[in-house]
Amino acid sequence: MNTITRHSTTRRRFLQTGAAGAAALTLPMRFAHGAKKGGVMRMGKAHGQTVDSLDPGTHENGFTVAFTFGYNGYLTEIAQDGSLAGQLAERWEASADAATWIFQLRKGATFHDGRDITAEDVVASFNHHRREDSTSAAKPIVAPITDIKADGKHTVIFTLEAGNADFPFVPTDYHLPIMPSKDGKPDWQSGIGAGAYRIRNFDPGVRADLDRYADHWDSGRGHFDAIQMITIVDPAARTNAVITGEVDAIDRVDLKTVHLLKRRKGLTVHSVAGNQHYTFPMRTNIAPFDDNNVRMALKYAINREELVEKILQGFGVAGNDHPIGPGQRFFAKDLEQRTYDPDKAKHYLKQAGLDSLSVDLSVADAAFAGAVDAGVLFGESAKAAGIELNIVREPNDGYWSNVWNKKPFCACYWGGRVVEDQMFSTAYASGAAWNDTAWEHEKFNKLLVEARTELDEAKRREMYTEMQQILRDEGGALIPMFASYVFAASDKLAVPAQMSSDAALDGERWMERWSFA
Amino acid sequence: MSTFAIVFYTLMIAASCLAAYYHRREAFMVLFSLTLISFLMGLLGGEVWLRYIAVAIGLLYACGGLAYSFREFLVQTLPRDIAKVMRNAPLTASFGLFVIVVYIVAAIFAPVIAPFGEAEVVGSSYAPPDDTMILGGDQLGRDMFSRIIYGARNTVGIALLTTALAFLVGSLVGLMAATLGGWVDQVCGRVVDTLMAIPSLVFALLLLTIVGTNVVNLILVIALLYSPVVFRLARAVAGNIVVMDYIEAARLRGEKTWYLIISEILPNATAPLVAEFGLRFCFVFLAISALSFLGLGIQPPTADWGSMVRENATLISFGEITPLIPAAAIALLTVAVNFVVDWMLHLSSGLKE
Amino acid sequence: MGVLQLVAKRLGLGAVTLLVVSIIIFGAVELLPGDLAQQILGQAATPETVKAMREELGLDRPAPVRYVEWLGGALQGDFGTSLANKRSVAEQLGPRFTNTLFLAALAAAFSVPISIVLGVLAALYRESVFDRIANVATLTSISSPEFFLGYILILFLSVQNPIFPSISSVSADMPFDERVYVTLLPAITLTLVVIAHMMRMTRAAIIALLASPYIEMARLKGEPRWKVIAVHALPNALAPIINVVALNLAYLITGVVLVEIVFVYPGVGQLLVDSVTKRDFPVVQACCLVFAATYILLNLTADVGAILSNPRLRHPK
Repeated sequence: MNTITRHSTTRRRFLQTGAAGAAALTLPMRFAHGAKKGGVMRMGKAHGQTVDSLDPGTHENGFTVAFTFGYNGYLTEIAQDGSLAGQLAERWEASADAATWIFQLRKGATFHDGRDITAEDVVASFNHHRREDSTSAAKPIVAPITDIKADGKHTVIFTLEAGNADFPFVPTDYHLPIMPSKDGKPDWQSGIGAGAYRIRNFDPGVRADLDRYADHWDSGRGHFDAIQMITIVDPAARTNAVITGEVDAIDRVDLKTVHLLKRRKGLTVHSVAGNQHYTFPMRTNIAPFDDNNVRMALKYAINREELVEKILQGFGVAGNDHPIGPGQRFFAKDLEQRTYDPDKAKHYLKQAGLDSLSVDLSVADAAFAGAVDAGVLFGESAKAAGIELNIVREPNDGYWSNVWNKKPFCACYWGGRVVEDQMFSTAYASGAAWNDTAWEHEKFNKLLVEARTELDEAKRREMYTEMQQILRDEGGALIPMFASYVFAASDKLAVPAQMSSDAALDGERWMERWSFA
Repeated sequence: MSTFAIVFYTLMIAASCLAAYYHRREAFMVLFSLTLISFLMGLLGGEVWLRYIAVAIGLLYACGGLAYSFREFLVQTLPRDIAKVMRNAPLTASFGLFVIVVYIVAAIFAPVIAPFGEAEVVGSSYAPPDDTMILGGDQLGRDMFSRIIYGARNTVGIALLTTALAFLVGSLVGLMAATLGGWVDQVCGRVVDTLMAIPSLVFALLLLTIVGTNVVNLILVIALLYSPVVFRLARAVAGNIVVMDYIEAARLRGEKTWYLIISEILPNATAPLVAEFGLRFCFVFLAISALSFLGLGIQPPTADWGSMVRENATLISFGEITPLIPAAAIALLTVAVNFVVDWMLHLSSGLKE
Repeated sequence: MGVLQLVAKRLGLGAVTLLVVSIIIFGAVELLPGDLAQQILGQAATPETVKAMREELGLDRPAPVRYVEWLGGALQGDFGTSLANKRSVAEQLGPRFTNTLFLAALAAAFSVPISIVLGVLAALYRESVFDRIANVATLTSISSPEFFLGYILILFLSVQNPIFPSISSVSADMPFDERVYVTLLPAITLTLVVIAHMMRMTRAAIIALLASPYIEMARLKGEPRWKVIAVHALPNALAPIINVVALNLAYLITGVVLVEIVFVYPGVGQLLVDSVTKRDFPVVQACCLVFAATYILLNLTADVGAILSNPRLRHPK
């Protein structure tokens, strides 16, 4: 098993070189050019529903993400070492205040129907998410863009409402592929993209078949002749499929049986430490969670090590009640790791003027695999601190709309963000739609805005460290663990030694990055 | 040929001969067919399969002996008139009774029997069996044995309540419809047809999502979904009874509808209803486990066998037996209940053969 | 009443039932917490995008209006388009329903003959060892959850002895024999699930007749046991047998969601569960109606079959 920790993001480096328009960035990401071509890759995915569509604004699960990365091209992408790389954008540069960004498109890149990719297509593709009546899940991500226009055939200018040094990371989001435009509107219905593979057949909730796009601009991507991606939601069925060789790889290995799967010959279980973390958000505006003593009591009443051992089977690390992963650049290393301490929990309860506490914790496996079990374990460990947790198992169905962000205390999953600022502004900024802890903290919000445009790395680190500490000691999110991405692949596949850590299966870019051995 | 195989075949053939000599036709048939099967299996699968068969035969005998002794025990301890019936009960029925008694005891005295609480975390996940946890730990390190025992209480209790409720509602309405006839009958019939036309699992999914998953709702929803089946049966059976002369006589006597249903029709409709109860009972089990497969079953950390099978299901792909234990618990109870039901049906049919 | 009249009357009633079912399903979907807009956007929902999507899908209009609109389309054979992915419902449902029917037919081809033969044999050798073993075996097989049976079969026939594929990904262009091959494991699972019910009913129906005078007569004539049962008892026991067979066929078509999930079989069940989860009303409605219609038609067939098998039922008092 390979454990690969993510490398620090080299954001500063691209910003500098990017602004100078250096030649280093004119090259796309390098892939193993010696990779063997050919073969049909069969992948068993844990996601995929009959209601999936080709509209990139609706993409949300592992199936659609891998699919869209396979048949679509993006302006930029996150490389395997966590750095930013150009894809359809060759170069980009920012104004001094980082509020205007100019992207130069690659010449000679084409859509699957042979058309050239132009600045108009980029504008139309972004406007698909930006327009007033947009239904796209990416609307908040592109909201800071106040204007986007084409300047000639190969230049696009983005104007932001405020400076953001991390902006070139935004187009890496899977919601934002470049689609062919027709009369200023993107044509997502046809399934024509600019990716390394073209769609042959898409049966939502069942399977997708793709063929290699021979005229793709980068011959270093896409080594398989064809891809068969099959939705296998049931964990046992997925395990069986990879054991019997029905598929070459599966994602979301069932952690309960991973020790047995590892013993199978011809298979390798891969684990990549990621930024994804599981949380128990408490809404800080609802009693009793409006009292920080109660929040602290609960934070001390959970046995993180036990959760990592039993829920993640060791495939992860204990969290420290802030959402920054240990592999991230501004991770606060020196912050003391919080551990299970029922006496401290009792102490904080007393501070809150309580002898005992009884609260409901809403859980469902929709929040994260094992959330129900995690709730049960939490309940057991909290008993020693005089805290009675009533585990309320909510239906998986409708969990994100009816429970999360509504119930005062529930289980939640965050995929994590490569850029610290994105993580904080998405889930902890005042007024953010996904601020699931209803977190309002003056100092925190001030630091968030300042750090975004701060260019001095040391000062920035200081600010982000302080923000992590604030969240750890006052925040509403109980973050017990960071989970690794665990997947299994046949030894017939040549899986890169270094894989992206921003999503499962090499950042869900396995179609274009992997090959047969 | 190994010593084991030689000893095995010698014993089997000797036992068959003995049975034949004492004219125990049934015993002979069992023994000799098993011998023949084991010849075949021995040829096909070698000694390993023979050992499986030997274990199976051993188990069969243990069950048979248990059933025999239990029947004797009941005959000795029960009042004379019941004992007389018991004496002629087939071994399967007494075995079924024994299993049911064991389950009831386990369900009632669960906290006394189980060494740990149902949610108590004792050791590490999938701890191997040892002195503290005789069946090992589950995925969270809870004691498997304790959870099976508590599971008896939750699973059997809920299934029993649900089935009873479905039968109460279904058969009462069914009998009423048959007795009253006319528009009541028509309306009930149409309502039931409509309910039955909607696939039950999906209907349960819809209803449980609407009302929320808790034990009370689970019981009510599944009872609602199963009562139409009972209604149909009760209506059909009662339909044949209401045209009988003695019902007509009772009507002419001026008896109330209620009296007719309870005292005249119900006693004569019991047999088919009881038979249906046996199968429905296990279908309710399955419905609950199917719902927990879809994430809507009994709430954790409550132990129920359906969810336990579900939680550990991936282990089966690797040939691990943990999920088999709760599944076997369900199967054993179903078989036992149906054995007893068969016997009761046989008693009530008066068929002597 | 002639058979034709009965069929006509029942078809009429069936249409009314379908209408009522569609209202119930519509009501239930309306009552479900959350709506399609929230479900599609999932964790990413913001009040703004949810509102925009509701408007785009027309979910902001009152429920009765939407129902009547849907009904108007449905009556003209247009079941609308899926709200979630804008594909026509008929186009989505068609291939799935074919798959479901194929699996059900295959399972029925095994289970119906086997269970009737087993049932007749069990009645013939009732209370014997054979009867007991058949009884225990079938009871055990139905009392195991069906997903569990599926996993066990996969373990033995796919993982340990690679005879069948563990996932049944059928596609429309597959040749018939290959299709049968990949569908065999789920079909066997379903066979194990339904066999006990049919077998027990067959046995019970035959045994119930054994006390009848004409059976006594046949026996007294000295006819062999098998002939008494196969020639005299079985034809008269057909009505309840046909009934239970129809009930189980309906189950094979409408109740196999779990088997579909375990074997990754693209049938209607999974489409239905997915659509319920996403509150995709037109798809839920179409699936439920197809299922309800199947159920009604099978029941009707069973009744007609029962009447044809028993001339006395053709002229009820």
